[in-house]
Amino acid sequence: MADLITDPNLPDPDGFYAELIRSFEAQGDDAAIRAFSARLILLLANHVGDRAVLSRALAEAARNPAHARG
Amino acid sequence: MIQDRYSLAFRLYPYARSADQDATDPVRHPVVIMGGGPVGVALALDLGLQGIPVVVLDDHEGIGQGSRAICFSKRTLEICDRYGAAGPMLDKGIAWTLGKVFHDDRKVFEFNLLPEDGHRFPAFINLQQPWFEKFLIDRVRQAQAEGAPIALRGRNRVDAVAPRDDHVLLDITTPEGPYRIAADWLIGCDGASSPLRGMLGLGFVGEVFKDSFLIADIRMKADFPTERWFWFEPWFKSGASTLLHRQPDDIWRVDFQIGWDVDRAEELKEDNIRRRLDAMLGDGVGYDIVWSSIYTFQCRRMERFRHGRVLFAGDAAHQVSPFGARGANSGLQDVDNLGWKLGMVIRGRAPEALLDSYHEERAHGADENILHSTRATDFITPKTPISHVFRNAVLDLAERHAFARPLVNSGRLSVPCSYDGLSLTGVDGLGGPDRTRPGSPCPDAPLGDGFLLPRLGGDFVILAIDAEAPETMTQDGVTARRLAVSAAQDPSGALAARYLGAAPGAVYLIRPDQHVVARWAQYDETALRAALRRACAKE
Ligand SMILES: Cc1cc2nc3c(=O)[nH]c(=O)nc-3n(C[C@H](O)[C@H](O)[C@H](O)COP(=O)(O)OP(=O)(O)OC[C@H]3O[C@@H](n4cnc5c(N)ncnc54)[C@H](O)[C@@H]3O)c2cc1C
Repeated sequence: MADLITDPNLPDPDGFYAELIRSFEAQGDDAAIRAFSARLILLLANHVGDRAVLSRALAEAARNPAHARG
Repeated sequence: MIQDRYSLAFRLYPYARSADQDATDPVRHPVVIMGGGPVGVALALDLGLQGIPVVVLDDHEGIGQGSRAICFSKRTLEICDRYGAAGPMLDKGIAWTLGKVFHDDRKVFEFNLLPEDGHRFPAFINLQQPWFEKFLIDRVRQAQAEGAPIALRGRNRVDAVAPRDDHVLLDITTPEGPYRIAADWLIGCDGASSPLRGMLGLGFVGEVFKDSFLIADIRMKADFPTERWFWFEPWFKSGASTLLHRQPDDIWRVDFQIGWDVDRAEELKEDNIRRRLDAMLGDGVGYDIVWSSIYTFQCRRMERFRHGRVLFAGDAAHQVSPFGARGANSGLQDVDNLGWKLGMVIRGRAPEALLDSYHEERAHGADENILHSTRATDFITPKTPISHVFRNAVLDLAERHAFARPLVNSGRLSVPCSYDGLSLTGVDGLGGPDRTRPGSPCPDAPLGDGFLLPRLGGDFVILAIDAEAPETMTQDGVTARRLAVSAAQDPSGALAARYLGAAPGAVYLIRPDQHVVARWAQYDETALRAALRRACAKE
């Protein structure tokens, strides 16, 4: 079973980030953005295809350093 | 009369009457440079050291007060070293390699700029721009004494130009009235608001960033380390982002992002600047404000850098945000690129088409710089709520996870671009390391008890590494000289790793600006001659 990859694994990080932001900004209002996020997450989850990895990713995303320290 | 538009840090070229002002017909010069900023003066050095007569016209009598640029890159130092000006820069400048990124009250991560040995110069030095410029002018004075045909004319303002087929007429105003000269080639190095662009009706379009930044250079005795500290949304709330960076002479650059709709006069009052600084530094830290200003910026470039006999370089040709230190550094790369080409065209050793490659290569460099600087700016100053959410998510994740760190962008610091795939670049017959593929700027490496780059100098060079090659090769009046070296001259192995990879030997053809033209596994006369022709725009 694969572990959640948290080391750099993305080629061209700056280019990817720019495309990500552009795609979100093209969505219009908040409702459209939320729906777009949901579709994107589901697509990527299916691509990952590993239940354990997805659970780990959900747990990691739930951590919030800003709140952790009050 | 000529009014100063800014006050001077160093008055280095006071107005002096030139013989041209008494001539009945306009005196003609091979090269006139409009603007004596870092780019104009460096270009004068490049050409003057080649023995090409050059006149620099600047409307002031010296270097402006106030440090705009503070970070000068390794490549800039390598170029200045070729001009014999890097020594004092390195002596006075402060080398730094460590950067730290903070979000609110937390350190997100730190990065090391050049975790690689075997380079003569550090990745960056911090030096106040006026000192950088002063060291260039000191070198001009020395070169003049040794016979370099460089003239620096202070208080000579260019007010009008008339381009002709094979020259340009310039109308110049001085404290003693106007005069006129002619230039075979006119180089516009007159800065971001280039009057020359205006005189020729040339556009300068691009993206305006709706944010302002308040800079305070402060003198204080503090024991912050020599590192670049960048805060996103700092807890002390002095700006939406804040940068702290050390300069020589106990001076620190503090840069606060303060928003678009600000009352400049109000923000620049000393009390208000101190309010921000005190919140950041804490009570009881004593400092003097040496210089302050508010800047906004745009990312833009001219559509073409060459217009017949007029060429543009530096901020006049392209402008970027300061994040990434790409302004003066890319201007020096323009100079590095233009100097040898103009020299060869003036000497009749290459066709004028070589100057079109200046536009091709440096516009490519400018596009790359604009892209990086735009992305950094978008990250630092998110424009929409969703981009702000993503930006902070990246920062949150980067604290714990290495994967998010390459996404954090507080300015990708300037590195020179490759001319891979452009007109002058030749073949890769070696298939060696990627960083030295044709088009790339040569990385430095240890060589004997010195370094490689100073040995390349400013000519065409056949770099033969554990390979045969003739001592010189001349093709259509252009000579390349051989530099024969062995990987054994660098016990650290860096030379082999950077230039050979798995190959036992290699032959590189290298341009005067130390970019690779082409490379092969061994000497091939026909291929080398073709590459040399190509690099001079003769193919
Ligand atoms: C806040 C800030 C921080 C920066 N930090 C960095 C950094 O860390 N690293 C970096 O590389 N860059 C940095 N830059 C950018 C850097 O300052 C510029 O890129 C650099 O000064 C450009 O040099 P230049 O010679 O092209 O133009 P300029 O320095 O603007 O020089 C133009 C010259 O032309 C003269 N001139 C204008 N009109 C005429 C006329 N009609 N006749 C005669 N002369 C004329 C002017 O007086 C001036 O001397 C920064 C800029 C800012 C604003």
